[in-house]
Amino acid sequence: MCLAVPGQVKEVYGEGLERLAKVDFQGSRVEVSLAMVPDAQLDAWVLVHAGYAIEVLDEREARETWDYLKTAGLYDEIPPALEPKP
Amino acid sequence: MKATLDALQRDAEGLGELRLMEVCGTHTVALFRTGVRDLLPSNVRLISGPGCPVCVTSQGYIDAAIEAAASGEVTLCTYGDMLRVPGQRGSLEALKARGARVVVCYSIRDALKYAQAHPKEQVMFLAVGFETTTPASALAVLEAARLGLERFTILSGHKLVMPAIEALLADPQADLHGFLLPGHVSVILGASPYRPLVDEHGLACVIAGFEPQQLIDGVARLVAQIKAGAPALENVYRAAVRPDGNPHARAITQQVFVAEDTEWRAMGVIPNSGLALRDEYAHFDAFKRFSLSLGADYDPPGCLCGQVIQGRVQPPQCPHFGKGCTLTQPIGPCMVSSEGTCAAWFKYARRA
Amino acid sequence: MSQVLMAHGGGGELTRQLLVERVLPRLANPLLNPLLDSAILERPSGRVCLTTDSFVVQPLFFPGGDIGRLAVCGTVNDLTCLGARPLGLSLALILEEGLELETLERVIDSLARTAEEAGVPIITGDTKVIERQRGDGILINTTGIGVLPEGLDLRPARINAGDLVILTGVPAEHGLAILSVREGLGFETALASDAAPLNGLAAPLLALPGLRFMRDPTRGGVAGVLADLVEETGLSVEIEERALPLSPIVRHASEMLGLDPLNVANEGKLVIVIAPADASTALARLRAHPLGRHAAIIGQIKPSTPPLAELITAIGGRRIIQRPMAEATPRIC
Repeated sequence: MCLAVPGQVKEVYGEGLERLAKVDFQGSRVEVSLAMVPDAQLDAWVLVHAGYAIEVLDEREARETWDYLKTAGLYDEIPPALEPKP
Repeated sequence: MKATLDALQRDAEGLGELRLMEVCGTHTVALFRTGVRDLLPSNVRLISGPGCPVCVTSQGYIDAAIEAAASGEVTLCTYGDMLRVPGQRGSLEALKARGARVVVCYSIRDALKYAQAHPKEQVMFLAVGFETTTPASALAVLEAARLGLERFTILSGHKLVMPAIEALLADPQADLHGFLLPGHVSVILGASPYRPLVDEHGLACVIAGFEPQQLIDGVARLVAQIKAGAPALENVYRAAVRPDGNPHARAITQQVFVAEDTEWRAMGVIPNSGLALRDEYAHFDAFKRFSLSLGADYDPPGCLCGQVIQGRVQPPQCPHFGKGCTLTQPIGPCMVSSEGTCAAWFKYARRA
Repeated sequence: MSQVLMAHGGGGELTRQLLVERVLPRLANPLLNPLLDSAILERPSGRVCLTTDSFVVQPLFFPGGDIGRLAVCGTVNDLTCLGARPLGLSLALILEEGLELETLERVIDSLARTAEEAGVPIITGDTKVIERQRGDGILINTTGIGVLPEGLDLRPARINAGDLVILTGVPAEHGLAILSVREGLGFETALASDAAPLNGLAAPLLALPGLRFMRDPTRGGVAGVLADLVEETGLSVEIEERALPLSPIVRHASEMLGLDPLNVANEGKLVIVIAPADASTALARLRAHPLGRHAAIIGQIKPSTPPLAELITAIGGRRIIQRPMAEATPRIC
């Protein structure tokens, strides 16, 4: 029961246990609680589980770890089609 | 990745059958979904342990939850994963179709919002999950207290990973060479709680993430440790797992919950393996508010889920698998839950 | 008067007013205008295709579309999949008492725009009102009539081992866009539904002799169509994960919700099976159309027992693709 995904903090509001953020997952933004990661600042990368950020990530490491974060841009990474086999 | 796989293949050669257990349902699913299982050396066997929280939840808890929803007294909020688990009186999904108030939540924060918007309703949240999910429940209870949500409760079925692993290893038949340790539980716990697995049980241990590269790295390190005869506690999920985990999250859990003996499906009562609300928060305890008690645990007739979650039986060995028990007509929770072992085998690997 | 009343469905003056003032002007065309009890069409040459679909989507408006747009696309696309040229649609509206008339007008406007985009007129219709139950709503049924050109025969039975599988664009956009506005889940996203009439995209393929089969992967997603293919042909299909035209936004939103993009609904895509000899031509024609820019060959039909849909994963492993059990719901596991 432990699906968690990396995203980037784009907006921070509230304080203490009520500290919230809008976290961006490359084009989709979700409101997430920062109560467990009091050190997370604007633009930080965080790991989000069920509406809560559970850890702050190093951006470079995050991009290396999660394959799908390696590239950016809306359609840039769409792969070239397989060549039709004769 | 090719290089890691080649090294893994070389290391595994001649070692006989290597039995490695993953104790995280998300690992189970990722290993199938990414095709990693398919690329491992033939003598490396990955066995799924008690890592799916829906599956390890005792039937008594599920029946209590369903009873509460059926009573009409409460609005039951739940993670989608619990919706289809069958109990004595059918599933929550079936109750919902008959008019019971069942609300599917992506986060326990959604349940709080629902409680705020419906102040007259008794809102009960099915709080299941391991260490990753527990701090969220704790925070929700603190938030409910702050907001004065008088009618909000949680039914705590939270469980701890290490006591279950210890219970498995206490079985003399347990024949394991190593553990692929759960990535996101470890984000909270850090590495140190697993030390006894290496120091006392002499087992190979690697904390791994969920992307193909880390899954393969994890298995490769396990096999390398076994080959070298040097069991150790390694972490290949360094981007997220710190040696000390997340102390803030643990402190929040500690503030709200206390460990208690808890019944697991088919594994019986394991000492200090579950979490109950502390007395200060008894007001939010659905067991107390509604005088609920847990009935007996049982497996549906002929169902081997209890054996499956302990890694003693692989799903295809169950006589129901793929015959009487399918994703559309599940008999036991391992086929129901999105991360159940039987569901993963059925979805991704049923080739006959 | 700004809301729908029961009397709007009573067949009296109010019904007439609703139609004449709010609905008909938006849909006007020569086949509809006489307002006879039935629409009269000239007998076309070729065989006639008939299909029907009902639309109950909630919420009524979502990023990239609304129930009106869907009601045209769904039915036009069902005709398109068989290779039929759509001639016209019927439109049955079931309105809930209390519905804002302004909402109705927005839906009809969108429906009219989409019908124009598809070049398919609304040729007959009906309006009923049901008692207020919970919230305001519109239910729509559209039936489409089309004509099948002589000699065209698109059926699973014509599929052979070795044929290639094309997906005409990024999957999962519609389902994810709907989830983003679902109550209780709601997230902000740049994602928009792909709902679009596909008759224009498919038309240039119909002349290719190697074209075997087309289906729009709506509910059940691409995985659902692949499972259909296997069941209906007795053959296997092998998809290359790396060839899937996934956009980062779809990939990330899917990861975030714990969903497999292959299981999520589309309303503007086709899965096409085509003989290898015609695949390059088909791909070029699809990519020349705005709705097919990201078309890609994603896999191949294989002879194999037992019949299976399989995915070759990005790292070269294999796993089975099955029809999803239920509508995709977010999970935390």
